[in-house]
Amino acid sequence: MRTAIEVVEGIKSGAISCEELLSKIYERIAKSELNCYITLNKESALETARDVDKRREEEEFEQKKLLGVPIAIKDSISTKGIQTTCASKILTGYVPPYDATVIEALKQEGAIIIGKTNMDEFCMGTSTETSYYGATKNPHDLTRVPGGSSGGSAAAVYAGEAILALGSDTGGSIRCPASFCGVVGLKTTYGFVSRYGLIAYANSLEQIGPMASTVTDTALLLEVISAKDERDSTQIKIKNNAPMNYKFSWLNGTRSESDEIKGMRIGVPKEFLEGASLEVKKSVWDAVHTFEDLGASYEEISMRNLKYALASYYLIAMSEASSNLARFDGLRYGLREGKDEDWHTTFSKIRGEGFGEEVKRRIILGTYALSAGYYGKYYLKALKVRTLIKREFEDALKTHDILAMPTMPFVAFKLGERIKDPLSLYLADVNTVSINLAGVPSISIPCGASQGLPIGLQIVGKHFEEDRILRAAYGYEQNGC
Amino acid sequence: MDVKIGLECHAQLLTKSKLFCPCSTDYHNAEPNTHVCATCLGLPGALPAVNRRALRYGIKIALALGCTVQPETIFYRKNYYYPDLPRGFQITQYDFPIAFSGLVRIESDGDDGGKEREIRITRVHMEEDPGRLVYKGTIDTATYALVDYNRSGMPLVEIVTEPDLKSPKEARIFLGKLRSILEYLDVFDGNLEGAMRVDANISIEGGERAEVKNISSFKGVEKALYFEITRQRNLLRRGLTVQQETRHYDEVRGITLSMRTKEFEHDYRYFPEPDLVPIRIAKYIEEVRREIPELPDEKKLRFIKRYSITREHANSLTFDIHTADFYEDVASKRDPKLSATWIADVLKGELNYRSISMREASTRISPDDFVTILTYLKTGVITDRGATEIIREMLDHGGKPEEIMEKKGLGSIGSEAIETAIEAVIKENESAVQDYHAGKKEALNFLVGQVMKHTRGRAEPKEVRTMLKEKMER
Repeated sequence: MRTAIEVVEGIKSGAISCEELLSKIYERIAKSELNCYITLNKESALETARDVDKRREEEEFEQKKLLGVPIAIKDSISTKGIQTTCASKILTGYVPPYDATVIEALKQEGAIIIGKTNMDEFCMGTSTETSYYGATKNPHDLTRVPGGSSGGSAAAVYAGEAILALGSDTGGSIRCPASFCGVVGLKTTYGFVSRYGLIAYANSLEQIGPMASTVTDTALLLEVISAKDERDSTQIKIKNNAPMNYKFSWLNGTRSESDEIKGMRIGVPKEFLEGASLEVKKSVWDAVHTFEDLGASYEEISMRNLKYALASYYLIAMSEASSNLARFDGLRYGLREGKDEDWHTTFSKIRGEGFGEEVKRRIILGTYALSAGYYGKYYLKALKVRTLIKREFEDALKTHDILAMPTMPFVAFKLGERIKDPLSLYLADVNTVSINLAGVPSISIPCGASQGLPIGLQIVGKHFEEDRILRAAYGYEQNGC
Repeated sequence: MDVKIGLECHAQLLTKSKLFCPCSTDYHNAEPNTHVCATCLGLPGALPAVNRRALRYGIKIALALGCTVQPETIFYRKNYYYPDLPRGFQITQYDFPIAFSGLVRIESDGDDGGKEREIRITRVHMEEDPGRLVYKGTIDTATYALVDYNRSGMPLVEIVTEPDLKSPKEARIFLGKLRSILEYLDVFDGNLEGAMRVDANISIEGGERAEVKNISSFKGVEKALYFEITRQRNLLRRGLTVQQETRHYDEVRGITLSMRTKEFEHDYRYFPEPDLVPIRIAKYIEEVRREIPELPDEKKLRFIKRYSITREHANSLTFDIHTADFYEDVASKRDPKLSATWIADVLKGELNYRSISMREASTRISPDDFVTILTYLKTGVITDRGATEIIREMLDHGGKPEEIMEKKGLGSIGSEAIETAIEAVIKENESAVQDYHAGKKEALNFLVGQVMKHTRGRAEPKEVRTMLKEKMER
């Protein structure tokens, strides 16, 4: 399978026909058993592809960073004219009248939207099994989950059903499936990428992020989607840098891979390895030693507040979700079944039918946590814990350039294995959720396998040091497994 | 029994765009659901971004009400389900509003006889307006409701008072004063439909408080409060308790009805809006303070001092900024006292009679027109009646003072013509003249009336009286 960088070069030079490339991808999707996509954008995409082939030599097209690159979009991101369901029955048939900011940016740079990928309903899950449209399967083993919630995006990239993909990450939703499917996935610093158009699960935690088969492609996609956006008040506006113009000069540089890593100080927090399986532990330590071989130093450190991360994360996420999901009443868009009765009966019925079990569970828990008398005990306390965790990361990253740890404590589990036990699924997120609480950037890259199933290495950096973790990941990618 | 009233006043701000999106606020005559976008429709994924101008207007109001503006302000979500609320929550403020503790001075008339009273302002905060439900027929008979989201996301400022008001009438006076101040600031237009909506809290000594929600007129507030006093007094008189509850005001029937009691109060689950960051507003305060014009209280004192007019006139002229500006324009060119009388007593009376505002009237009658009328009056070209006639004609049909005077023949007649009329009247009313000579003073009034009739009102009664007397005494 080609990388995005190869595709762009090939299309611009005429060596690759965009239409042919895209047609092959659609053929592969048609034959696939993975169930990566909820909605395909075939006709419109092919039309765009023909246009790209025709006009590739025009100056305007020449400059596009992702000219003709077929990209898969997670179904939590609004796409004008393409059904966007968040994998929920309640949004069946909803076609957004507007594009998310990241989609505008992708179109501007010539990317072509293949379709909308499967996910856990409203991003609530770790396995893509809570989707109303059926689970996505792991491309390495069809009996296993691809991880979640951006399972469709990760599986599509690995299986060649897309060159690039966008995911969204609230508590690990990009990194977990990247780890389980063996691709690269990046969650940016909170406020790095505009959330305008991302259907909110937990606003204060989530980010849209790139997923790709290589670190370089990941960086390229990040460059495109990190445009400055006045419509997102939580995007951090960097002075004299509009748009953000995130450039990876090192991508085309002459430096050797080891230059990226030489002198880096790596922290390995032992709490993040404690619950991991033996194979995962081994792979991660092997990776750390590879870094050492490339000139980095490492130190084992302790982050004691990790044990509070899950409780804090789930309280905050569920509280915000209970409010975010209140808008789905069937009145203006989405599911509207049966006969209308009075307002309360009608919207209760629609919500009862439209939401899946996990979504209902989180709405109920979140509603409870925000209720009068419990707010201070749960929500406020969770926010305080969050501040502690953030501080702990900041401290650890004062003395270390990056932190290394497993993305997931184990490899992809079997479909149906954990879905009946929500708590065991929540526990699987232990290494990823703390990163969202701290708001720091983190990348997951493949670092080995156990019985044919990929293992992910998570590299965490300081706020707004996406560049540094990408460089580390790149150096490792070139020398690692 | 002591009555305590506190108000929560929601005023729509005159910004060009809505509070959190670029949609136009000019929807009052528009088709339903035409001034909407992804954000104010609450479409999935759309985010709010605060309109800085609305924020500045809010700060301006807070400063004008003497509040302490906070250095930082935070928006919250208020969660509840209602079809006019597209996100299932309203973005409003909670623990960190833009301002706290202000003061409004009112002149309470009636029993207290023009006593000045201070009404404390608890807080000022910003929030978005929900959409609007439209019922076919009445709310009771309609089988369905339609939703218009044009209003959704309109910027509102909520002004909350302490329970310092003592009567429904005082509540109305307060609301009038508040409207006056907001209009002075040029951030509000009370003439727009639904521009100000009020929740009124009222309690009587010995009972809990009731909150009457969403009353859309000042008169409605007064009526609802009178109704509540009667209702609560009756309960207490019969030895029953007044429950804490939320009530609805039925404008048609002029009564309040229970919506829900305390135990069924909503739990709004307030929490900070995660899509908006805390906003530092300290930097705006001094800048906005400089934009605050002279306010009604200051203007009133200045008018009294500078133009030597009565307190009543000054009150009347400064109540509305457009009237005040109109007056100052006229008073700078003609006798300020005469101007005050004619604007406060005559012009405002004519406007009230026609239910039009000074601002609307300004397209029909300009300060310069008014100066012309006063000039005619002062130089005796027209009489009081003529002047009134011109004003009425201008308001009803337009035109210029000189044209109307010509067309209607309103010009005063000269003293020669008056003399001719007097002679004729004396001749025709011999008995009345005799009565006058016999000492019956009323006869003079009768004769003056007859002369006025002869001249079709174009003579000045005072002048007629003097001339008539002279003639008969001779």
